Amino acid sequence: MPLKAGEVNLGTTVMAVKFGDGVIIGADSRTTTGAYIANRVTDKLTPVHDKIFCCRSGSAADTQAIADIVRYYLEMFAIKDGEDPTVQSASALFQELCYQNKDNLTAGIIVAGWDKYEGGSVYIIPLGGSLHKQPFAIGGSGSTYIYGYCDTAYKEGMTREEAIEFVRTAIALAISRDGSSGGCIRLAVITQQGVERIFTPGDKLPKFWQDELKL
Amino acid sequence: MVTKLEQPKGGFNFDNYQRNVALEKKGITFPKMTKTGTTIVGLIYKDGICLGADTRATAGPIVADKNCEKIHYLAPNMYCCGAGTAADTEFTTALISSQLELHRLTTGREARVATALIMLKQMLFRYQGHIGAALVLGGYDVTGPNLYTIHPHGSTDKLPYVTMGSGSLAAMAVFESKWRKDLERQEAIDLVREAIESGIFNDLGSGSNVDVTVIEKGKIDVYRNYAKPNERGVKEQSYKFKRGTTAILKESIRDIVAITEGIEEMDIS
Repeated sequence: MPLKAGEVNLGTTVMAVKFGDGVIIGADSRTTTGAYIANRVTDKLTPVHDKIFCCRSGSAADTQAIADIVRYYLEMFAIKDGEDPTVQSASALFQELCYQNKDNLTAGIIVAGWDKYEGGSVYIIPLGGSLHKQPFAIGGSGSTYIYGYCDTAYKEGMTREEAIEFVRTAIALAISRDGSSGGCIRLAVITQQGVERIFTPGDKLPKFWQDELKL
Repeated sequence: MVTKLEQPKGGFNFDNYQRNVALEKKGITFPKMTKTGTTIVGLIYKDGICLGADTRATAGPIVADKNCEKIHYLAPNMYCCGAGTAADTEFTTALISSQLELHRLTTGREARVATALIMLKQMLFRYQGHIGAALVLGGYDVTGPNLYTIHPHGSTDKLPYVTMGSGSLAAMAVFESKWRKDLERQEAIDLVREAIESGIFNDLGSGSNVDVTVIEKGKIDVYRNYAKPNERGVKEQSYKFKRGTTAILKESIRDIVAITEGIEEMDIS
């Protein structure tokens, strides 16, 4: 779906991976309007509850509006039920909004988090509004460049450190090939204990063979 | 359970918009809206927020107003710079300002900048970009200094220094090279002025003077026309024609008011 004229785009690379204790989510930090970078340190990892996050790609306005609505409903759930909502509930809410309004939205969302029933879990909602539960998910314009890498590098039951390295490397590879992705890498580790954020500045990204070339 | 994004009942109708698009395709041209081809900026410094704007309003290639105000009042602790369609920035800020006043009265507290942000973004998102308002929102509340940008489609960003409008690239170049953490008040004002002047001189859509507003805890200073880098010079010659340049060929003077003598009785029957 083409973006409306002047609409703010999240030409993006986002991903989420399940590991032993929970999930790790990651994103680049570039927001563009046409050829201009409107924000080079964007935080696309948006909390919708204490231990549930979404990774936003597509139209910035649409995904922010959806995330705001979902955050509101999850807070109401939490108050009524007296317990934290599940990642499944959150993803179902996202899907409902994305599917019912698909004609008016440009939103690709990854929902990830921790709950006491499932532990860590990852859901992806592509443009059409379908919902898929997966061990890991990648999304955004930059994701097309890293399907091959992710399918070879992913292993079931990774440790925290292995998973962090996997996500960081994948996003760095996407940034290196996708012009709409860039800036720095933001990661968040979501476990029973809570959320830990990890920031990798743009000049400290993982290096690949191109960067080692002496010309 | 909610299944759709909220659609106000009996609210909006985009039929006329569809019609206008169809008419435009057939070659009918519509009147131009006054756009403020603009430079607006904002930054966070040690004790608060400094906002800046140029003062040119344009309608196509015409300068519609050489000294308009683009820094709008929102609340006693908040101001908002507007770029895009002049009327839209004017009315959206006025509307939200009114709602904030009522909010302040019902809660008995000073409104937060985040509250204004949510109100503005939800309104702009509801109108799907048809309200052409691009805003820089700045204020000081219980959480400290806050600075945001809001795009016409309703997306928002939170950054320590921001620029918007057609002159945003020129202004951002200044900020990217000179902004640093914990600037002093006067340094902040000088940097904002430099960024706006960069827009005024390098962007065709921006021009005239620099407006600056400084927001600190419990204190706001509005500097209207803080800098006037485009003052009109004094003309060295006068183009007035000397008296008598045009020859008088004939002269006739006549009374155009009829003067009647005497007093007439008023008819009071």
